[in-house]
Amino acid sequence: MSDEKQSPVQPAEEKTPAPKPPWEDKPVPPVHEDASSDADATALAAAIEGALLAADRFAGELTLSVPYEKIREICSFFKEEQGFKFLVDLTAIDWMDREEGRFDVVYWIHRHSDSKRIRLRTALPLEEPIDSVVPVWKTANWMEREVYDMFGIIFEGHPNLERILTWEGFNGHPLRKDFPVEGIDTGAAIYPDVYPPGGGPDAAEEGA
Amino acid sequence: MSMHDPLKPLFDVEEMEISFGPQHPATHGVLRVQIKLDGERIMEAKPIIGYLHRGTEKLFETMAFPACIPHTDRMDYVTSATNNQGFCVAMEKLLGLTIPPRAAYIRMILAELQRLASHLVWLATHAIDIGAITPFFYTFRERDAILDLFEEYCGARLTLNTMRIGGVPFELPEGWLDRCSAFIEAFPKHIEEYETLLTENRIWKKRTIGIGVIPAEEAIEMGMTGPPLRGSGVEWDIRKVFPYDRYDEIEFDIPTGKNCDTYDRYLVRMEEMRQSVRIIRQCIEKIPDGPIMAKAPKVLRAKEGMVYASVESPKGELGYFIVATEKGTTPYRCRVRPPSFVNLQALPQLVEGALVADLVAVIGTLDIVLGEIDR
Repeated sequence: MSDEKQSPVQPAEEKTPAPKPPWEDKPVPPVHEDASSDADATALAAAIEGALLAADRFAGELTLSVPYEKIREICSFFKEEQGFKFLVDLTAIDWMDREEGRFDVVYWIHRHSDSKRIRLRTALPLEEPIDSVVPVWKTANWMEREVYDMFGIIFEGHPNLERILTWEGFNGHPLRKDFPVEGIDTGAAIYPDVYPPGGGPDAAEEGA
Repeated sequence: MSMHDPLKPLFDVEEMEISFGPQHPATHGVLRVQIKLDGERIMEAKPIIGYLHRGTEKLFETMAFPACIPHTDRMDYVTSATNNQGFCVAMEKLLGLTIPPRAAYIRMILAELQRLASHLVWLATHAIDIGAITPFFYTFRERDAILDLFEEYCGARLTLNTMRIGGVPFELPEGWLDRCSAFIEAFPKHIEEYETLLTENRIWKKRTIGIGVIPAEEAIEMGMTGPPLRGSGVEWDIRKVFPYDRYDEIEFDIPTGKNCDTYDRYLVRMEEMRQSVRIIRQCIEKIPDGPIMAKAPKVLRAKEGMVYASVESPKGELGYFIVATEKGTTPYRCRVRPPSFVNLQALPQLVEGALVADLVAVIGTLDIVLGEIDR
């Protein structure tokens, strides 16, 4: 061992170290960049007044922040004018006590001609309804039902806004941050006087 | 004789409402379809789901990033390797990790073997639903050989939990690649066996041709992905559009159908199995030596931000949308985009005006797994 340390080869190697392959180096986390110069972002800003609040690029993904009041107009602009025919995903995030609105509703859209994807992110206050985009993309139907079921966000103009994964009369919206992870007593359908529908998880604590 | 409009009642009879499932074996789990019938013709079908809802997305929010991986196994329990892969690819995007090439190749081999296993289950159940019992015994024989390979690699047969954020946990056992290679070389002969039983079978053709037709435009509008979309003639595969791991170094074709029906979707999946064999063969040839794990920190801490990454699961585009807070060790929100969930949404459209027996064929051709739909 001691011979190896003293060998003249070792210091020579240290002087000209070969670049490490990326998997042996420390990971390089992605950073947020301003992306307001993106072609689709400028097109949106030019077409609809006040539609673009911010544009951000993170890990190669473009996120456009848009106002929730104009969401259907913005979505049909992207589908009809810009060719985003495929709604990949629609979901929501609960930020609890955030100032600009408790929820984020997130649309993830795709254009086939150049395989470009854009995320539309819109802040939505609690108890505030948002326009449904089912008239724009039919596939939004079940996705919006799921968001309604899990977060209690009301989509106005949805053809059939019912719970989808839990049952009608289930008490609360499971993916809200104030819903307990261990679950609640699900007797809502059997004991409606103890567990009133739409009462939220707090109502369960009283009854339990 | 004038043609009868299938959506108008033929006789003046009362509409009958039937609940199909959730305990019916042909519904592949706990799917319930509420159907309104005129005689044997379906006037309206309404899928009702949620019987297997376990709140996986809520559970993700309470767990450290690596601890989420076993839970992804239990979503689409027929293809757990691709579920693991999807989550790991998304996490690596969030953390900025690059995985070593050997790990990527091992992942691809496992994922393609899993695709074969999943398509074999699909073929067996789809054929049994339609009335052909024999293919089941043949396909499950080969599926077992694949599960044996999995068992040798990671000890599990179904819920594999076989990938980690930054690579794979185990080195391949000695001689595993040879055994995998032997299986792959023998497999195309087995596909021919299945095809002799079905492809030119008159009953099979009668039950599948022209059933559950959905044109390409409509399929995109409904958000369909995977074989149901390719059966409608759209050349769409996440492995080509947004290559992950090392799929950009591999040559393979995307099979597509023409007639948008159940038979074409069957042909697409059969061809996909051949392509998977081709991919695995190239992977075994090209697999380099080297480490199998990237140098990831012991405790994974993310930067504030959100990422979406998707993989081509045997059912379609399986996406993971992960939201992280600054220095968070758990996902703040982890949304799974389940391909079966989105594909199933097209069911009412596919079976309108068809017979009850066709409903069974269409459920089979969509290749749904309720564990993934309900999460």
